[in-house]
Amino acid sequence: MAPEANSRNLSQGEAKKRVGILLSRPFSSIGRAVIRWVNILGSATIFLFLALLKVFRSKQFSKIVQQLYYIGARSTTIIMLVSVFTGMVLGLQSYHALVKFGAQGAVGTLVALSLIRELGPVLTAIMITARAGSAITAEIGIQRISEQIDALSTMRIDPLRHIISPRITAAIISFPILTTVFDLIGMIGGYISGVMLLGLNSGVYFHSIQANVELKDISDGLIKTIVFAVIVSTVCCYQGYFAHMRSDSHGAQAVGLATTSAVVISCVLILVSDYIVTSLLI
Amino acid sequence: MNTPLIEFKDITKSFDNRTVLERVNLKIYEGEVTTIIGLSGAGKSVLLKHIIGLIKPDKGTILFRGKSVSKMKRKEINAALAQMSYMFQGNALFDSLTVYENIALPLLETTNLKKAEIDRRVMARIEQTELTDAVKKFPSELSGGMQKRAALARALITDPRIVLFDEPTTGQDPVRKNAILGMIAQYQRKLGFTAILVSHEIPDVYFISNRVLALYQRAIVFQGTPEELEEFDHPFKDEVIHSLEALQKELTGLYSKRQFKVLNHAQLRRRAYGDTYCIAVFTLEDINSIITYLGHDAVQETIRRMGLYVDKHFGAIGGFSTRRNTNEIITVLPYSDITEAEIILKDFAKDFQGLEINDICAGVRRRVAMAGPIELTILAGIAQGEPFAEIDSVIDSAISHRKEIWTAMMCRRGVNI
Repeated sequence: MAPEANSRNLSQGEAKKRVGILLSRPFSSIGRAVIRWVNILGSATIFLFLALLKVFRSKQFSKIVQQLYYIGARSTTIIMLVSVFTGMVLGLQSYHALVKFGAQGAVGTLVALSLIRELGPVLTAIMITARAGSAITAEIGIQRISEQIDALSTMRIDPLRHIISPRITAAIISFPILTTVFDLIGMIGGYISGVMLLGLNSGVYFHSIQANVELKDISDGLIKTIVFAVIVSTVCCYQGYFAHMRSDSHGAQAVGLATTSAVVISCVLILVSDYIVTSLLI
Repeated sequence: MNTPLIEFKDITKSFDNRTVLERVNLKIYEGEVTTIIGLSGAGKSVLLKHIIGLIKPDKGTILFRGKSVSKMKRKEINAALAQMSYMFQGNALFDSLTVYENIALPLLETTNLKKAEIDRRVMARIEQTELTDAVKKFPSELSGGMQKRAALARALITDPRIVLFDEPTTGQDPVRKNAILGMIAQYQRKLGFTAILVSHEIPDVYFISNRVLALYQRAIVFQGTPEELEEFDHPFKDEVIHSLEALQKELTGLYSKRQFKVLNHAQLRRRAYGDTYCIAVFTLEDINSIITYLGHDAVQETIRRMGLYVDKHFGAIGGFSTRRNTNEIITVLPYSDITEAEIILKDFAKDFQGLEINDICAGVRRRVAMAGPIELTILAGIAQGEPFAEIDSVIDSAISHRKEIWTAMMCRRGVNI
């Protein structure tokens, strides 16, 4: 009897243990994910901080100018294209919504404020992420897996100074300028649809913009762009720089996945931080 | 002996529970060429990356000039690393920069030299590595061999005191392999740096190495001179060295030094007291001047063709040969006395001049068109030995009796004998 009772007790104990493990499994996996993300956040913050410290070292100017060309100048066309159609569709939608209340004179205000406060910074950041951010991750990732970054270290050239710092600096400079371009071209797009196609008075359109857009709207929009620039450039550079340390893949596949991660994480963080910054500024 | 430049004490390194290096102990001395040999995947590159600080050991101590690296201040480590240069196995050239920009990068980023001085230094290295035609090309537009030479030029551009070469000859044809090894040896002698090589090119690397380290089953199983390695009795030799030596014939058609020694002993054992044999020594004269004017490739091609012809000529009468130095081939004529050997050598010299001259010079002609006249001379000497005489003394005697058997003046219009 005694051995049977013992084995029954043991099996009951084991069963309880298994149930406990099963119940705790979701929590432990959440815990692991949180710890991993906190680790990544910490290392990305240090990564950004170290890169920013090296901005003002010697021989950085030409590299920053070169990156301004790649990230900024070469993104201008796509930004203009997107912004003109965004402005046009805003003009079109707002005209048809406001005309019901006889308030079509406010089309200019609606277009301008939507662009300056929200759409300009967010869409510009997403467009730069898609065009330049992915290229940054892929380029740095390839440099990493082909030992070019190690080669820099052996030549006593700091990779953070040589590769990362100019890109983050160029992004911080480019984003506000490109957002401003986006806003201006977007307002022209609104003018095309509202005034030229739907017959709104052009004086009314521009006057409503001038009368209702305040300096705070513009500065808030620009603050957002700088936050987005820091996020996008850090995420994209970080993903490329540590592409070789991915646990899910190696080599070219790791670079591909790092590029995808960089774009997805950047876009999500743009939208999340947009809400946080807006709630703080409003 | 002096304090080692670099010393490993019980270095252990693992990656994902796989131990690559286990209690590795080694010593590397200043001003020498030290070669690390071992099978692929044995951890040679990992070992090299420990030296330059790209990888940190899990256990153990690395000493630099007798001082533990882990106890050094950041400034001291930077000063030590500033003396080093590293040539990567995969070259690690920056693919968005041209060959010129790749080579100039270390000078542009780490020195305050003026543009004209940087330009002068870079162009000098480009000429030495025969990359003049590739200055404006990107790495992806170059062949594997040219990429290797660009990486070599970049590694040497800062005149480092310690240069680490991670398989510098991988992907090269047999002639280029020896050309690169020759280039490393020449620069090492000229600039006096400490060279640490990882290589599979056995026994070719022996010609340029002062010391050899053998990495086998995660540990250093041998460190010593190439001559000491010949006497070393360990499973490593069967698994690594002998299998790699089998490839030696690819280059010159000659036996490796070890095979040559075995053959020689076998021949001598069969001989009775009083029997004689002869040794012939062939030397390509003034090799450094030829390298300067014609380049490493041309010299290696000349030696290769010389080796093939020596083997063809003397092999037919039972002779066997090996390459003794970069520019020297020795041949044993096991059944000949001195009179007979002299007649055979005269025939050889005659045939050599008559038949193989075009072949011998084919490799160098293209360069001569650019360089101007240069004299190529081959010396040969013969000595007679007895079965119980030391082979080295017979070789020395043959060297002392060398005389000119072939000379050619290379000039713009072709070859003058």
